[in-house]
Amino acid sequence: MNEVTVLKTGDDLIVPIQVELHDRAARKLQENILVRIEATGARGLVIDVSAVAIVDSFLGRLLVETARMAALMGTATVLVGLRKEVVMTLIQLGLTIAELHTALNLEDGLALLQRLKGGDGEDRQAGPHAGEA
Amino acid sequence: MPAKLEVLAAFEVFLSCDEDVILARQRIRALAQDVGFGALDQTRIVTAASELARNVVVHGGQGSVRAERLAPRPGVRLAFADQGPGIADPERALEGGNSTIGSMGLGLSGARRLMDEFALDTAPGRGTTVTVVKWLP
Repeated sequence: MNEVTVLKTGDDLIVPIQVELHDRAARKLQENILVRIEATGARGLVIDVSAVAIVDSFLGRLLVETARMAALMGTATVLVGLRKEVVMTLIQLGLTIAELHTALNLEDGLALLQRLKGGDGEDRQAGPHAGEA
Repeated sequence: MPAKLEVLAAFEVFLSCDEDVILARQRIRALAQDVGFGALDQTRIVTAASELARNVVVHGGQGSVRAERLAPRPGVRLAFADQGPGIADPERALEGGNSTIGSMGLGLSGARRLMDEFALDTAPGRGTTVTVVKWLP
């Protein structure tokens, strides 16, 4: 089974999902992310799903749940790279991901993360100490 | 009266664990590609298949999916069958939001929305068969 790598840069974790995850592997990844947050004290988390062809209700719910868990550990999460087909299918499926912060790509996601870490989450003009990376 | 439907090709995937669900998804995607579905419809079909295959494994314990390529109207038909406990209240199960495994209950209702045709055949103690069809636009 291919493992998903959890990368660390500054005080952020980046998780590029490059393999097709079955349910058990997705749960394992969620656990690995929480373990890494605890071990590193990361303040930001970016999950990149640009290589993910299918997000069904299980994986969608798991991603929302992961962001919620990370928030409880003081870590802001941004989901990046949702494909347009996946987005249209998720909406039709009826899954709500409104509470997730999302961005089009990794670059935008990291920029959003700096703002989320810098202010109260809604502040568009994060101060110079944002992230302190 | 439409022309009688023919099955041009078919395969079956046994479903008993998470890995089987992935295999079924991959083979169904390949079939959808062969039939000529675009990227969005492929995603819809495979997402619906993922929901229904998971239901077989989680609720039925094990079962199978039979995938068929249809003609003369081009399309795919997928039949997910298990010999599990069946569904006591199918209408409620189809409302969505009612799940016994905490997956938000979107499996059945979501699959129905993603496909063109949907049929649920179930009764307590008699297992469950869900048949869905997507027609090539």
